[in-house]
Amino acid sequence: MFENFINAFLTAEGFAFYLFSALTTGLFLITVLSKNILYAMTSLAAGMVLISGFFFLLGADFLGVVQLVVYVGAIMALYAFAMMFFDATRDIKEKNTNAMLVFALGGLSALVLVLMFAAPVFSENVVALYPMTEGVGNAQDVGIVLFTKYLVPFEVAALMLLVAMIAGIILAGKKMDQSLTEDMSADDEIMIIKDEK
Amino acid sequence: MEITLVETLPQAIHEVTAVGVIIKAVIILAVISAIAGFGTYVERKVLAFMQRRLGPMHVGPYGLLQIAADGIKLFTKEDIIPQNANKFIFMVAPIITAATAFIALSAVPVFPDFTIPEFVPLLGGVFVPSIASDINVGVLFVLGMMAAGLYGPLLAGMSQANKWGIIGSARTAIQFLSYEVVTGLSILAPIMLVGSLSFVDFNNAQSGGITSWLIWQQPVAFVLFLIAGFAETNRTPFDLLEHEAEVVSGYATEYSGMRWGMFFIGEYANMITVAIIASIVFLGGYDADCTLGWLFIILKIAFFFFLMLWVRASWPHVRPDQLMWLCWKVLMPIAVVNIVITAIVMMV
Repeated sequence: MFENFINAFLTAEGFAFYLFSALTTGLFLITVLSKNILYAMTSLAAGMVLISGFFFLLGADFLGVVQLVVYVGAIMALYAFAMMFFDATRDIKEKNTNAMLVFALGGLSALVLVLMFAAPVFSENVVALYPMTEGVGNAQDVGIVLFTKYLVPFEVAALMLLVAMIAGIILAGKKMDQSLTEDMSADDEIMIIKDEK
Repeated sequence: MEITLVETLPQAIHEVTAVGVIIKAVIILAVISAIAGFGTYVERKVLAFMQRRLGPMHVGPYGLLQIAADGIKLFTKEDIIPQNANKFIFMVAPIITAATAFIALSAVPVFPDFTIPEFVPLLGGVFVPSIASDINVGVLFVLGMMAAGLYGPLLAGMSQANKWGIIGSARTAIQFLSYEVVTGLSILAPIMLVGSLSFVDFNNAQSGGITSWLIWQQPVAFVLFLIAGFAETNRTPFDLLEHEAEVVSGYATEYSGMRWGMFFIGEYANMITVAIIASIVFLGGYDADCTLGWLFIILKIAFFFFLMLWVRASWPHVRPDQLMWLCWKVLMPIAVVNIVITAIVMMV
């Protein structure tokens, strides 16, 4: 067991895998444990970027790049909210309710997740249902599977995103015809004051 | 001699070795850093001539040694870290900008392939590839990496305990969320035409001379990509992040010395990356059939670099809300219509 680990570690891919694993685990630990919003956000972003390294190691270039693009953008939006609500240079006072309960529930759900994903791997039942086509690029492979086997989930996801987008526009767009920077009421007041003079 | 070899034999004959890739990485780092330094001088000179000034004249002939003087100044300046700043993030932020700019360049074909001649000791006969890492999704990788580079200004602004910095990083976020959609959608139409995400395929698809350049088929996408590229590299008219007249220096307010310098090396490297992408995707790239292909792509890159300075000299800044209005209400619909028309033409 231990010898296997050493041997895997000494190959380039094994070394990269263990390096990325240690880094992502460490970074996500910082995300959870840090009291500083800036550290938490930054380690979250860095961890998400490093996860794309696993995809590259597995030869799934396209998914790796998608991971990179999507999470860089998504977490950038989170930063915007963090900026509005927190002072980035100070620590946050956390309000912890019943640490034991949180620990037990968090640990249990983590355990269940690990079991769910590790059980098929352990019994070596994982077979690639759609193996990579020779001579076709990564993006094309994803496209073929997406538009044949997974067409319905794909379209449903697209529909849901459309609904979310329209809802977002309706919620945010109530006063869109009024420009905040060109608020005329202030100008009117100034004009009135001038007229009085 | 080598060029004929490259075009007649398939790529696999030239084995890409680790040494070759490392040499390529060193070349990219050295050349692009040097060009970035030289770019500051070129920018000052070009802007000066456009505004009927002389620009730097005192250090060396025509002020050429100004780069050296600026370099000495940057390296020897005190590295100040503000008292209330988040020190670690403050120190890391410039490195993110510079590093991601160079990582993005690792997937871009900067110069054609070449083999180091046999008479060179130690490294003779090593094949140096045109791309340090030829992944088959190069376009997406480069755009993603350049997007990740915006974490530099964002973190810098938030960590420095300065109001101008906060405004700068808020503007980083909105700028990113505005242009990113346009960049992706504008480059999607050429990708559909070529049917690949690899820069090498883009180059090969346009190898039939000037008439086969994608700019003739996709003029709208070209203009959209250029506009989004200006926003991506924080060039005027979209340099909201550190607009001196409005927010002092934005995210870079508290920076000095080499940390400030790293932001600008990153910015110039990004300018070069955008210029390379534009010349490969729309203007034919490096012509592998032509002996002077490497010269042509350098001319194309230089043209785009000059274009950025030209625009800076002739256009005023835009406000943040104008940028959002432009990206979301004007450019994005045009890009979507362009994609739909391209798709219909391809189907018919």
